[in-house]
Amino acid sequence: MKLTLKVWRQDGNDSDGRFENYELDGVSEDSSFLEMMDQLNEQLLSQGIEPVLFDHDCREGICGTCSLTINGYAHGPEDSTTTCQLHMRKFRDGETITIEPFRAKAFPVVRDLVVDRSAFDRITQAGGFITVRTGSAPDGNALPVAKSDSDKAMDAAACIGCGACVASCKNASAMLFTSAKAGHLNLLPQGQAEKDKRVLAMVSAMDEAGFGNCRNYGECSAACPKDISLDYIAKLNRDHAKAKIKKFFS
Amino acid sequence: MNLNSKIPEGPISDKWDNHRFSSKLVNPANKRKFRIIVVGSGLAGGSAAATLGELGYHVDCFCYQDSPRRAHSIAAQGGINAAKNYQNDGDSIYRLFYDTVKGGDFRSREANVYRLAQNSTNIIDQCVAQGVPFAREYGGLLANRSFGGAQVSRTFYARGQTGQQLLLGAYSALSRQISAGQVKMHTRSEMLDLVVVDGHAKGIITRNLATGEIKAWTADAVLLCTGGYGNVYYLSTNAIGCNVTATYRAYRRGAGFANPCFTQIHPTCIPVSGDHQSKLTLMSESLRNDGRVWVPKNPEDCNKDPNEISENDRDYYLERKYPSFGNLAPRDISSRSAKEACDEGRGVGPGGRGVYLDFADSISRLGESTIRERYGNLFQMYERITGENAYKRPMRIYPAIHYTMGGLWVDYNLMTTIPGCFALGEANFSDHGANRLGASALMQGLSDGYFVIPYTIGDYLASTGAGSISPDSSEVKEVMESVRQRIDLLTSCKGNRSSRSYHKQLGQIMWESAGMARNAPGLEKAIGQIQDLRDDFEKNLLVPGNSSNLNAELERAGRVRDFLDFGELLCRDALERNESCGGHFREEFQTEEGEATRDDENFAHAAVWEYKGDGSVPARHQEELKYENVKLAVRSYK
Amino acid sequence: MFSSSLGKKYLMALSGIVLVGFVLVHMAGNLQVFAGQEQINSYAHSLQSLPWFVLWGSRLILLSAILIHAWTAYSLIMENKAARPNTNDIEITKRAGWSSLRMGLTGSIILAFVVFHLLHFTIRLIYPEYSEMMTTVGSPDEREIHDAFSMIISGFKNDFVSVFYIVAMFLLCRHLAHGFSSVFQSLGIRSESWRKKLDLLSVAYAWIIFAGFSIVPLSVMAQKYQIFESYDSTFFPPSMEEPTPKHSKK
Repeated sequence: MKLTLKVWRQDGNDSDGRFENYELDGVSEDSSFLEMMDQLNEQLLSQGIEPVLFDHDCREGICGTCSLTINGYAHGPEDSTTTCQLHMRKFRDGETITIEPFRAKAFPVVRDLVVDRSAFDRITQAGGFITVRTGSAPDGNALPVAKSDSDKAMDAAACIGCGACVASCKNASAMLFTSAKAGHLNLLPQGQAEKDKRVLAMVSAMDEAGFGNCRNYGECSAACPKDISLDYIAKLNRDHAKAKIKKFFS
Repeated sequence: MNLNSKIPEGPISDKWDNHRFSSKLVNPANKRKFRIIVVGSGLAGGSAAATLGELGYHVDCFCYQDSPRRAHSIAAQGGINAAKNYQNDGDSIYRLFYDTVKGGDFRSREANVYRLAQNSTNIIDQCVAQGVPFAREYGGLLANRSFGGAQVSRTFYARGQTGQQLLLGAYSALSRQISAGQVKMHTRSEMLDLVVVDGHAKGIITRNLATGEIKAWTADAVLLCTGGYGNVYYLSTNAIGCNVTATYRAYRRGAGFANPCFTQIHPTCIPVSGDHQSKLTLMSESLRNDGRVWVPKNPEDCNKDPNEISENDRDYYLERKYPSFGNLAPRDISSRSAKEACDEGRGVGPGGRGVYLDFADSISRLGESTIRERYGNLFQMYERITGENAYKRPMRIYPAIHYTMGGLWVDYNLMTTIPGCFALGEANFSDHGANRLGASALMQGLSDGYFVIPYTIGDYLASTGAGSISPDSSEVKEVMESVRQRIDLLTSCKGNRSSRSYHKQLGQIMWESAGMARNAPGLEKAIGQIQDLRDDFEKNLLVPGNSSNLNAELERAGRVRDFLDFGELLCRDALERNESCGGHFREEFQTEEGEATRDDENFAHAAVWEYKGDGSVPARHQEELKYENVKLAVRSYK
Repeated sequence: MFSSSLGKKYLMALSGIVLVGFVLVHMAGNLQVFAGQEQINSYAHSLQSLPWFVLWGSRLILLSAILIHAWTAYSLIMENKAARPNTNDIEITKRAGWSSLRMGLTGSIILAFVVFHLLHFTIRLIYPEYSEMMTTVGSPDEREIHDAFSMIISGFKNDFVSVFYIVAMFLLCRHLAHGFSSVFQSLGIRSESWRKKLDLLSVAYAWIIFAGFSIVPLSVMAQKYQIFESYDSTFFPPSMEEPTPKHSKK
């Protein structure tokens, strides 16, 4: 395959970015999108141009490191797929592919296509945990958990923290991420004791990080490689309202 | 080299209790005076940092990823073993211990494995309390599945994402300590050297990958939880960033490296499709329950459409060679058989490196819907990667490197031969011997981090007392300077070859000579080839840009540089181990039927390598492994 | 309670509910025009003769709902713009539709319409002569009341007014299609099981509101251009001059 790649280059968050066009020939249809990027970088290296930087690690769709907005879609046009699992046979020979970073104020650009998603870590640090000292846990079967609750918690916990929800949202809202993280723990009996505290703390950490607001149009869920449902956002809204009301009257 | 394993006295079931009692304690008020460095944030590192922070120590945790939640433990699929015996099917701590020692082909340390089995039950309790959504039965209690190498159902799982969920559990515990101020997290930070002062590990040197800043961090102890070295083969199921640098640098500073030749090869991975390939993807081993493995009898049929090759022209080689186990032969055996078939020119797919895993029989017997129900997600993943529909056409599979049993030698306390430097999880060598059983890697990482190190590190710290050295001291500056020089060497070379091309070539040498089957001439040749490649690397490497900002080429060059050294060490170890055991198969040591022949008389030991300087051959030491509880026996799968 | 990003969403939803309910009542009132001059005039008069605290209370609630809805929307939009300062080269969506993406635009036009509408019919600044339109038709006693019927007919005889009215109602329909279901999402009173039904209900509600409001100007226009007759023909003198209905002046 022969491709024209329109790639965003940016030296750092304080410098202006720009698009550069690169021609790349001899791309195998069997290669993954990131392997195509590897190939581009080998070519740039031989031409004396600094390779394009992008985040990636496991390349099997689970670590959540890879990002990229490809032709306007976070993780590319394929549904339920991370960029690393996207393969070149989904593109046409001769196509121009536009590659941009995940854009959001809360995700400052580190360099080129690499962005800083540590805001997600801060949201988790605010309350995305159950307080349990190592060694103090009761027997695993001491507390039965309804299978349906456990399954729903698992659906939420499948979130890989890639940030596609933020990148695909026109408001750069992190509601899908935050609601999945909070929802996972709030659905389980183990998570009840800290539920209110957790929700309030995680939402305020989310607000402080500078993410936008949810407008309920579901673009996040459509872009999510793990198909996290908007229901978790509804649940977060509900849990948050309850927590606020309880706090008001307590 | 002092290889005192410090195995506690007493019967095996009492050793850990005795040891915990006899270990010195650090008084709670004094804990805050100690600083501990944890390198790596996977299951071992994340759980250790969280637990030590909770105990009151000051912890600095480092990872090269942009978030501690992305460590490669996240990719483990199958599950985690625990001797809970919730199934009432005869499991016990002793049985898990026995299975693990036997599965490791009798090359692991009994006392460590027993402790691992003991801790396994606590791990499940801990993870459930953290909110890990393990699979459950309708009654709300935990579900189990069975796994290779065991006759009981003891594997706990969270769909096909057990590693992810356990890691998120450890990450949540870590996050709690970060917000409490007990742990300081340093992401995008790669450890480039270990600081040893007066024989004790006192700190590390890191490079901030985003800013390029080289910085020294000092502490009272250093924990290396940096995973395995599978990427020395270039293509593996490891993440792209996985590397040997941290443990290899510790080795150069005096830590013994044990059994580097023990690598595990997983038989059911998606084959290499071309030169562009950057990593390999594992497909669950469960596929072999319903798939039949075959290759064409005649090499000339290899390029034909598999559906057009008649039954008579197919060689179901596993069923032919191992009639009783057939397609379910163990990992090492089925991997080697696939290689043999391809070496004979009968491999299929690009490059002739693949064998068919055919579901046609199962589909006609059970119907496509049943197969879809059982393996739908795997077939989907296969189609995404290869573009082929495995319901209509046999899957192509090939073995790939996916775990390394070898690692830094540690004693019972998980301390390396450098006092104060500990190794946890896949980075150490202790628990899996020459072969790891499925669902045991997660167990080991969490056991080390949650339940072993919190006790054993106290014993060390109580004996040394608090007092980390200043980052400005001359010893630290010296190490820092050597790190700077190493980076300068890489960036100043300005040759014409990328580090990736060297990595690829190294991987080919390793896979060819030190992969699934090894022999002395091949290994000797490989050592020479690696040395030549290293010389070429030093002359012709090209790293663009500079070292003062994010530079992926520089990162890779540094890792490949260490892999070039380490690959040689691995080959040397494989060459010296004149036996076949577990993942290490030496063609000279096999029965007439091609089965591995272990040499318990001469090789029932861990081989521990000591660095003797660049250009010198490292010294090989031995820790004799004593089997007092499990009788040495030969594995047979006929 | 309302300081966080979710708090603002609650405000949007709560004020939205008031307005959603209001348009339905308003539409029901409008449709009485088809029952003739007497019916609608008496309905309009009964509304105006409500006790002052009820009348001004509801006006106050409505006015504050509009102000809260508009102000919160403005503040959310500003935050959202700040959260995603850089746009993609290719802006594209997978799931989000036209209406959900343009709530700000449709909302602004509707707000402008509401102002015009109040000036037109309630404050009667646009056509001061409306104040003169008094009648005894529909009056409970013999006193003169406002002739709502005549105001409606004369207002919609103006092509521009009718077109603007219908366009505004279409935008309202689009606004409601997203807004109605969003109320439930934002307040967290929605779950997977009735999400589809809720979305359907939302769309149906939006179209009912559109149809109910638009049919009035449409019917006036239809009669004006002699396509279809719904009203007393004396309100449509052939000269097409200003109506001089028989009861309007003494």
